[in-house]
Amino acid sequence: MSSGAPEGTLSDLGSAERVHRRDGSAVLRVGEGEAFELAGDPDNPDDDERMILNMGPSHPSTHGVLRLMLEMEGETVLRTKPVIGYLHTGMEKTGENLSYLQGPTNVTRMDYAAPLFSELAFSLATEKLLGIEVPPRATWIRMLMCELNRVASHLLFQATNGMDLGAVSMMIYGWREREEVLRFFEKVTGLRMNHNYIRPGGVAADLPDGWQDDVRRLLDLIPPRLDEYDTLLTGQPIFRERLQGVGVMTPAEALALSATGPILRSTGYAWDLRRDEPYLAYDQVDFDVLVGTYGDSFDRFAIRLNETRESLRIVEQVLDQMPGGDYRTQDQKVTPPPRARIDDSMEALIHHFKIFTEGFHVPEGEVYVAVESPRGELGCYLVSDGGPNPYRMHIRGPSFVNLQTLPHLMEGGLIADAVAVISSVDPIMGEVDR
Amino acid sequence: MTTVPETSSFGQRVLHPLPDQLYATVSDLRDEGFLTAVDVTAVDYMAHPGRTDLPADVSPERFEVVVSLHAHQSHERVRLRIQVPVDDPVVPSLFDLFPGTEAMEREVFDLFGITFDGHPDMTRILLPEEWEGHPLRKDVDTGRIPVQFREAPVQR
Repeated sequence: MSSGAPEGTLSDLGSAERVHRRDGSAVLRVGEGEAFELAGDPDNPDDDERMILNMGPSHPSTHGVLRLMLEMEGETVLRTKPVIGYLHTGMEKTGENLSYLQGPTNVTRMDYAAPLFSELAFSLATEKLLGIEVPPRATWIRMLMCELNRVASHLLFQATNGMDLGAVSMMIYGWREREEVLRFFEKVTGLRMNHNYIRPGGVAADLPDGWQDDVRRLLDLIPPRLDEYDTLLTGQPIFRERLQGVGVMTPAEALALSATGPILRSTGYAWDLRRDEPYLAYDQVDFDVLVGTYGDSFDRFAIRLNETRESLRIVEQVLDQMPGGDYRTQDQKVTPPPRARIDDSMEALIHHFKIFTEGFHVPEGEVYVAVESPRGELGCYLVSDGGPNPYRMHIRGPSFVNLQTLPHLMEGGLIADAVAVISSVDPIMGEVDR
Repeated sequence: MTTVPETSSFGQRVLHPLPDQLYATVSDLRDEGFLTAVDVTAVDYMAHPGRTDLPADVSPERFEVVVSLHAHQSHERVRLRIQVPVDDPVVPSLFDLFPGTEAMEREVFDLFGITFDGHPDMTRILLPEEWEGHPLRKDVDTGRIPVQFREAPVQR
């Protein structure tokens, strides 16, 4: 594990000229009406072949409800406009009306493929405002669950990436292994998704008896299966042909577009918050940050495949080093009294009632906390006015920001490659629209 | 180098430039090695006027645009908090420095009604084009749907 950020200034990292263009660039910046006028007249033989194609919002390759307006000439994509908002439910506004204890239930629904990371970012931000430390066991449980969640999320990516490119059997395999991880999550948190498990002050419950055996089973089960996928996908000429050299990006472009996560790393820029700005206990475990070389769709696939292995490496170390003790802080301000005390102490009952109705008060201030989600930097900006609800809760969703790379990755490519590019950016629309 | 008031919040540098200092400040910071604009968001302080974390020479306004920058090499983050008055909610766009702010500025425009001057496409991004109002403003209430319970009295 080496520390230290990548060397070089912006100019050493390749040209970012392409993403700075305002006009005639890869990004189609027109409204519905203008788009209609842009399209050529099909009945006029002298007209150019330019047309506007709508892809989505319900298209199997758009991972939910992403709609793309593509300006095409023949089969070549000229400009693209991602149209989003179909899943917008005002979760940031909702967050202002929920107490800090209810907050994770809300944010967990943003990135539904990696829900624990949103909960983690929110909880870390709240704890920073409160100025409380969580016990070591809670930290390590969080790390265990998050890394398993990263495995589940990357397996989902491999499944959908395979399916988008015609390797349909991959869809079945990826979901199969993901289901094994989710089964463990269900045992620990009670739910397969949207766990509300990581909460300000620790985690909701301790790991169940025999969790070591379950985790060890996953560690035995998944790596050989990953090797199978390696053979199935990486070694397959058609799959490589579809991805290599498709959707290429330089590190300077990725930085200028604020892209993070596998997209930034695929360009060869080694940046991972777990290593470079360690939170939880990531400075106490050993893992590698994977980078690509060409910044193409194949690199993004390979990085996610190998990151799954790295995550399992971390899980193995967490398994060996899991400390004992409390799974949530004993700070009475945040944590309700134990269930047994409620039966014989009136004060404990009142205290319990206060925490779950009014909620605990958080000191005034504002804070930004970032964690490395499977899709990149997931940030939480919290403003507190001293009350029991966040005054403002903003989630910086990596999918939302990464989506801006799409028009640039697709420019000049074929429409068939657009599917490969969308898939390799791996947006989760719940997080894009919030 | 423009000098702007500086504070610190939980160990992170916070700068408080005026709207017309913003572009120059961010430009200087980019030359210093802050290569990524991580986040652009805003806060409506209408319901929380007495905030205490501003330096004395910064006069609080209703809106605040919050820009987070990140320098990878020095592992530094800096946050810029720009006070934006409600009667003239305009801030210069950072698109020319960081094209990645395009979607984030559109989001702020959509949800807060703060305009970014020089943005290539200042339109709504999350809400429909014909939507009226800016929902994250504090004077916009969350909606509610009346729930019908069976055999409940109709008029109460």
